[in-house]
Amino acid sequence: MQHASGDKRFKILEVHMKKHLFRQDALIEVLHKAQELFGFLDDDLLLFISCKLKLPPSRVYGVATFYHFFTLKPQGEHTCVVCMGTACYVKGGDKVLAAVQQEAKIKAGETTPDGKVSLLTARCIGACGIAPAVVYDGTVTPRQTPESALQHVKGWLKNGS
Amino acid sequence: MDLNDLLQIKEKELAGRKKYVLRCCMAAGCVSSNSEQVKIELDKAVKAAGLDGTVEVRGVGCMRLCCQGPLVQTDPGEVLYQRVNPEDAAGIVAALNGGKAKVAQGDPNHPFFKKQFSIVLANSGIVDPERIETYIAADGYKGLHDVLHEMTPKDVTDSMVASGLRGRGGAGYPTGLKWATVAKSPGDKKYVICNADEGDPGAFMDRSVLESDPHSVLEGMAIAAYAVGADQGYIYVRAEYPLAISRLQTAIKQAKQLGLLGSGVFESPFNFTIDIRIGAGAFVCGEETALMASVEGRRGTPRPRPPFPAESGLWGCPTLINNVETFANVPTIIRKGAQWFADIGTEKSKGTKVFALAGKIKNTGLIEVPMGTKLREIVEDMGGGAPDGRIKAVQTGGPSGGCIPADALDTPVDYDSLTKLGSIMGSGGMIVMDESTNMVEIARFFMEFCMDESCGKCIPCRAGTVQMFHLLEKITQRKATARDLKQLEELCDMVRNTSLCGLGQTAPNPVMSTLRFFRNEYEALLQSENYPDAKRQPAEPAKQ
Repeated sequence: MQHASGDKRFKILEVHMKKHLFRQDALIEVLHKAQELFGFLDDDLLLFISCKLKLPPSRVYGVATFYHFFTLKPQGEHTCVVCMGTACYVKGGDKVLAAVQQEAKIKAGETTPDGKVSLLTARCIGACGIAPAVVYDGTVTPRQTPESALQHVKGWLKNGS
Repeated sequence: MDLNDLLQIKEKELAGRKKYVLRCCMAAGCVSSNSEQVKIELDKAVKAAGLDGTVEVRGVGCMRLCCQGPLVQTDPGEVLYQRVNPEDAAGIVAALNGGKAKVAQGDPNHPFFKKQFSIVLANSGIVDPERIETYIAADGYKGLHDVLHEMTPKDVTDSMVASGLRGRGGAGYPTGLKWATVAKSPGDKKYVICNADEGDPGAFMDRSVLESDPHSVLEGMAIAAYAVGADQGYIYVRAEYPLAISRLQTAIKQAKQLGLLGSGVFESPFNFTIDIRIGAGAFVCGEETALMASVEGRRGTPRPRPPFPAESGLWGCPTLINNVETFANVPTIIRKGAQWFADIGTEKSKGTKVFALAGKIKNTGLIEVPMGTKLREIVEDMGGGAPDGRIKAVQTGGPSGGCIPADALDTPVDYDSLTKLGSIMGSGGMIVMDESTNMVEIARFFMEFCMDESCGKCIPCRAGTVQMFHLLEKITQRKATARDLKQLEELCDMVRNTSLCGLGQTAPNPVMSTLRFFRNEYEALLQSENYPDAKRQPAEPAKQ
């Protein structure tokens, strides 16, 4: 059975599930793959997974909402993850976050209304030796200050490229 | 694969060694400072100088001094270049034949390096984590061979008991005892799990071990599996560690190809496969029963113990769960003998401990020291003290630990001494704070963490952390009175004694330890009883 939309990504996801022999205990692995393909997990996608793995939708939704890594809302074009681990925090990670929040006019966990930038916080990315660290679009960047972070984010807010 | 094949790989690797090795740090800290490009440029520079035959540029694991990355070290010569830029490559290669490169050099004789004693990190910064041959050349997998062919499972657990190794995940449960319990538990199917869900903020030891020397963890797991009678292993890694995950995948693949994992390991009847399970960002999954629920693909909520995982764990089967660092100790203990290991450290805490040194300290990075080393030696001699101002406190054990005040810095670091101070050894995060740090603010920070990470299964933790957070917030906003502080203390006691799992039981620790040593900071923020807000209920409903 194919997904009604004909979207190829569903096919790729199904192949991935097959690799795990449609085992129900592979649910977290499957959700990881789904988020990698689609960027976020919407209801339709979760239902597709629950159907394929023969799991109740409540179970799939329950797991997807339990873990911080999974997001049920679309993310912005760019992501800025400010590490708020203890080492980054005592070295001024909170000030970096406050500066970005003020500039982008959003709070941590939100996306700008134009969908350009998502601002997130991390519990600890294990880069404590180079604190405070910020992850811009997946690239860990060491020793950030409010100024250097703003420089990075301002560019995105302006032209979004 | 038999012993001869293993020795042949070792011989070949050692014989093929070039005259110079340029070791370039490729652990996550240095990679984010652009060390990949440095390595590419070094390779180019070697080619350009026509030194292909005599110089090898090797990507290695963590070289400890993360704050000065990217790091490059020459072997022989032991010159340590710091903050290397890709443009410096030609200069570094030219300096191999005498002369001096115009790059900042570190002092390899600094106490930061000299006071280290490496067991877990012995290969870190030396072997190439992406080539199994370099691990074998450092006597890797020799221990596994000896175990399979010369020891019975009981011999193995006995020598773990004799070594006195205790779990490095934080609680310090004797490893040998745990192995013996799993070995004795009846059941045909048993599992070995490596807990690599290093969730404590400020801790990166396990990440570094996995990125720098993944094979030592695999070998340790295989030895454990033989000892307890398991044939399937899982490594549960955080999704936040992509580099560690990819190095592990490579390592498992290479070990399988050589017949060091899979069926009939070293031509013995022992079978062992290892699969990786990737976490999805839940701190509570570091708790063993929650971790197993997550491996089974469910919400990571803990359950009451007993039954302990050793009797009924993954899918109801006896399961051995150990931390990354614990497993990484195993191959060396087997190779050098339990007695050798038991001679290191203190009476009740044997061996070494890896710490992640971070925060307001000059030298941040990874250190491994014998148990019983004084905290002062670590933060002042090795760490170089706080760059501006005096050290005020050292936080150990993350959100489950406590703050040790500066006047207790002469405490030896071992499980029991730290517990006496109201902190814990924890997994090894060590955050130094100087006088600009507000301790009430730190307590609030950790409580917010525990509040967010509480899984919500048991009420003391779910509701208690919220109430404590709001009380702390009220104190930091100077709206609280002595009555609020008393209530906070009562709540600490209640949450600690009635929560289901370690997360809740230890959540009050940062508050209690800061109250113990820095009570004056709390009291300075309090208002008198007739403050207008005092009569108001202390906590607002949670705004989630």
